[in-house]
Amino acid sequence: MSTALLTDLVIFVLSLWVGFEVISKVPATLHTPLMSAANSIHGIILVGAMLIAATTNSWIGYVIAFVAAMFASANVVGGYVVTGRMLKMFRKRPTAPAAPAAEAAASRNGQAS
Amino acid sequence: MSGFSFATQLIYVLAASCFVLGLHLMNTPATARRGNQFSMAGMAIAIATTLALIVHAGVISATGWTVMLVGALIGGGVGLYAARTVQMTAMPQLVSMFNAVGGGAAALVAIHDYIHVAGAAGGVAESTTVFTLLDVIIGSVTFTGSIIAAGKLQGVITSAPVTFPGARAVNLVLGALAVGAGGYVIATPSLLGLWIVVVAALAFGVLMVIPIGGADMPVVISLLNAFTGTAVAMAGFVIGNWALIIAGALVGASGGILTKLMADAMNRSIRNIILGGFGTGDTAVAVLPGAGAGVTAIAADDAAIQLAYAGKVIIVPGYGLAAAQAQHEVAELADELESHGVDVSYAIHPVAGRMPGHMNVLLAEANVPYPLLKEMDDVNPEFARTDVALVIGANDVTNPAARRSGTAISGMPILDVDQAKSIIVIKRSMGHGYAGIDNELYTNPKTSMYFADAKTALGDLTSAVKTLVG
Repeated sequence: MSTALLTDLVIFVLSLWVGFEVISKVPATLHTPLMSAANSIHGIILVGAMLIAATTNSWIGYVIAFVAAMFASANVVGGYVVTGRMLKMFRKRPTAPAAPAAEAAASRNGQAS
Repeated sequence: MSGFSFATQLIYVLAASCFVLGLHLMNTPATARRGNQFSMAGMAIAIATTLALIVHAGVISATGWTVMLVGALIGGGVGLYAARTVQMTAMPQLVSMFNAVGGGAAALVAIHDYIHVAGAAGGVAESTTVFTLLDVIIGSVTFTGSIIAAGKLQGVITSAPVTFPGARAVNLVLGALAVGAGGYVIATPSLLGLWIVVVAALAFGVLMVIPIGGADMPVVISLLNAFTGTAVAMAGFVIGNWALIIAGALVGASGGILTKLMADAMNRSIRNIILGGFGTGDTAVAVLPGAGAGVTAIAADDAAIQLAYAGKVIIVPGYGLAAAQAQHEVAELADELESHGVDVSYAIHPVAGRMPGHMNVLLAEANVPYPLLKEMDDVNPEFARTDVALVIGANDVTNPAARRSGTAISGMPILDVDQAKSIIVIKRSMGHGYAGIDNELYTNPKTSMYFADAKTALGDLTSAVKTLVG
């Protein structure tokens, strides 16, 4: 077993734990954007696709590099754009002036109960 | 290690840190957008570093540049178009397609590495072959499995479970084939063996998802998301890139957590799901409205009056609301009620909608402020002081039978809707939910059933509130 492999394994395991730790705090409200954000992050495979294109020298290598680059960049671009689009919709207060009415109602009921 | 490659590895770690920070900022809706920007910055850093690495190495051919740039432009364009135009109700399909392409790309990276290195002198190290096989298997399963899942969600493939006699046997044969060919490839490097593994894994992906019913999709998508992350991490092992290992592990962890949460919320074990415990569908058996004893039906006018004169209303939206795309109608009704001084909030069960958190996104799209969207544990104590609970297209997650033992849904966490002073259920028929059992909530004396399509019913309720209470 080489040192490089051992290092890679340590990085992998620790990253898993960091992932569990960070993600288990995300509220259910944000689970869809979270998954979409995670989706964009696995678009990092684009790096792998680029490295194939840089080292290959056979026709099958070029075909694989082309498809992989296409897949991965669709993943990266689409993932980030759609996550941003979703997150933009999450508002704390309604944009319409209905907010004061709702708050008044909430406080009124708060006193009643 | 040269100074240059040392520096690039460090920058990759910086990019990975941006991903961690980005995910961390997803903890609250207020910081989530900044999180996405951090993550985007990390990706830009990683891509720029890779470009620098490629230019520095200087071995890339003109064809290589063309292939890379044209591929990236086409893919990026398609991704951008899809992301800009997708309907929020179709979000699960899109996420599933991103899983497919991510998993596919990860498998291709390992396949190429194998072809490339196998042709070179010295052959492949056994440990690398193991990671190559893992990447190829997980990536290929994710690729076809996600396409099938997206097809089911889009309605291109029937969302009902598709089963055929001997499916289990075929799965066993495919599994044996993949393991056998994989073992052979480890022992004696063989490109043909690798291709056999690829084909078996692709076929297995189809067979894994095709027998799964539409209501199980939140679990399936989470699981495929975890698979994609793992495949990317394995690709990182194969090509020795830390950015891929870290990012893949993060995604694997996130998908794993969501799978666990969804499975718990549906009262099924992950093991049961992976081993093909799926089977029953979500297609409700059509039963005539009003059938069954002890059910009180209600019309729009009565329901509207009950809602408008309530002090506190909790809306419980479910799969039926998402399927009817009635999120705008429900928000409109809520606005109308609020203008009459009613305190309205929403109780969201973890598996409402078609992917984790889907209902929250649909309601956010309909302009509902997120503080009104309450999670199950927070909202359950509130039902006791609620005048009307309005259940729209949610079934099993409101069934009090889950509290007793010996039913199909025993132990499943539910919303305590039956604690409310009165309950109105909007539903098309008395048909069963996913679990295929009667919902005791419907025969509760406090419950009135409003038999209609969610979208029509909500529109009628809103206009009834306007005219009657106005």
